[in-house]
Amino acid sequence: MDLSDLAQANFDAQPYWDATAKGEFVVARCTTCGEAHHYPRAVCPFCRAETVTFEPASGKGEIYSLAITRMPDKPLRVVAYVTLAEGPTMMTKIIDAPDDVAIGDPVRVDFQTHPEGLTVPVFRLDRN
Amino acid sequence: MSAAYIMGAYEHPTRKAEGISVAQLHMQSAAGALADAGLSFDDVDGYFCAGDAPGLGPMSMLEYMNLDVHHFDSTDSGGSAYLVHVAHAAQAIASGKCNVALITLAGRPRAAGMKSAKMPPAPTPDTPFEAPYSPSVVEMYGMVAARHMHEFGTTREQLAWIKVAASHHAQHNEHAMLRKVVTVEDVVNSPLVSAPLHRLDCCVVSDGGGALVMTSESVAKSLARPLVKLRGAGEAVGHANGGRVDLTTSAANVSGPRAFAEAGITPGDIKYASIYDSFTITVLVALEDLGFCEKGKGGAFVADGNLISGQGKLPFNTDGGGLCNNHPSNRGGMTKVIEAVRQLRGEAHPAVQVQNCDLALAHGTGGSLATRHGSATVILERL
Repeated sequence: MDLSDLAQANFDAQPYWDATAKGEFVVARCTTCGEAHHYPRAVCPFCRAETVTFEPASGKGEIYSLAITRMPDKPLRVVAYVTLAEGPTMMTKIIDAPDDVAIGDPVRVDFQTHPEGLTVPVFRLDRN
Repeated sequence: MSAAYIMGAYEHPTRKAEGISVAQLHMQSAAGALADAGLSFDDVDGYFCAGDAPGLGPMSMLEYMNLDVHHFDSTDSGGSAYLVHVAHAAQAIASGKCNVALITLAGRPRAAGMKSAKMPPAPTPDTPFEAPYSPSVVEMYGMVAARHMHEFGTTREQLAWIKVAASHHAQHNEHAMLRKVVTVEDVVNSPLVSAPLHRLDCCVVSDGGGALVMTSESVAKSLARPLVKLRGAGEAVGHANGGRVDLTTSAANVSGPRAFAEAGITPGDIKYASIYDSFTITVLVALEDLGFCEKGKGGAFVADGNLISGQGKLPFNTDGGGLCNNHPSNRGGMTKVIEAVRQLRGEAHPAVQVQNCDLALAHGTGGSLATRHGSATVILERL
């Protein structure tokens, strides 16, 4: 089962993947309790209502934590949790990261298409 | 509630199981634990295993061992499952469902050539939001360590003390994979795997297995082995909580207090602790959540040899743990219970045996911190 199949098998979050395929970033928010959540699912994990909608997100956030892997002659690999401006914290990758990338750094969303066909949000530093 | 006792415990001596199948390792471990208890396969009426056992639930292993049981449980919470099994077996024994419960674990990731514990993607609802980033287990625990350092000022040197203590113990264990005593400098100067974790912050990959035999009080008292009673247990699952992620707290902060409440004791009463040590940070977070020190103070607690038997306040993992001794099937919970039983019986290596060890704790962290993990805590008493 490749990643596209996995996403399709869990079609709760299809609007999220429809958005990323177009280079758009959305968050799941429950219209009953007003809370945003991640990962997106059909039932709100906080109030358990089936009133989850997908809304455009700012694409801004900050690094909550990260693990940095250095390999010879390769760009820095940075797996991270990013806390979105909308509230939820999500697992992702930081791309094109400088050597001093750190917790608390501001980031903005970008997209990468996985070899198995799923376009996923990644983040890059937005330090200005 | 009537009591249940761990009367048999066996750690398979192999660390590389060439020519021994996974099912055979399970059965050899079972035979060892039954012999230790003074029981036979014919006495077993309850069986417990987790996802390392080949087949669907317990069925293939029951057929392989040709057992007839009238109670079984294949709860899987990764490496902590065997501590859950201890608790569930005690509940089954207390309610009369079985009298002799066998729990087995085995695996051969080394002989099979599996270098890491990376899981293949499964069709779970969370997978599409994690697998595309292909986080390694080291990266996930690395994120926990990085956040702990950020929030509490924990240092690499403090984390290193956990490995140093494990190595002090492993030097006495003839079966341990890594018997060389290491220093804080050795750990922080070992190659970075994924910052902030170095190679020596990580556990070994080993083949092997282990088994436990738990019995009712009447069976226990008919046997010649010391009585090791389950006095308290707790279990809980930690996860990302809908995106309200807290990487520095594990579900040990639920399983631990519940186990202590059931046992009617406090962390200060514990003479020896087996703490799951997939990585140094796994131990640090668990010690805080179990209440051995305040949240955020784990670094200071583990420093300066405080976990070394005969030297520190809380002797831990006196077999060398997963960090130095054994991590069969990438699941370290079973060996945690086995070493706690050895300590309570006075059968640990004399160099690491804790004097008058009457109360011990064993704790497991299965699955993975930073995504989903199952915490399980047991408190054992030697009567």
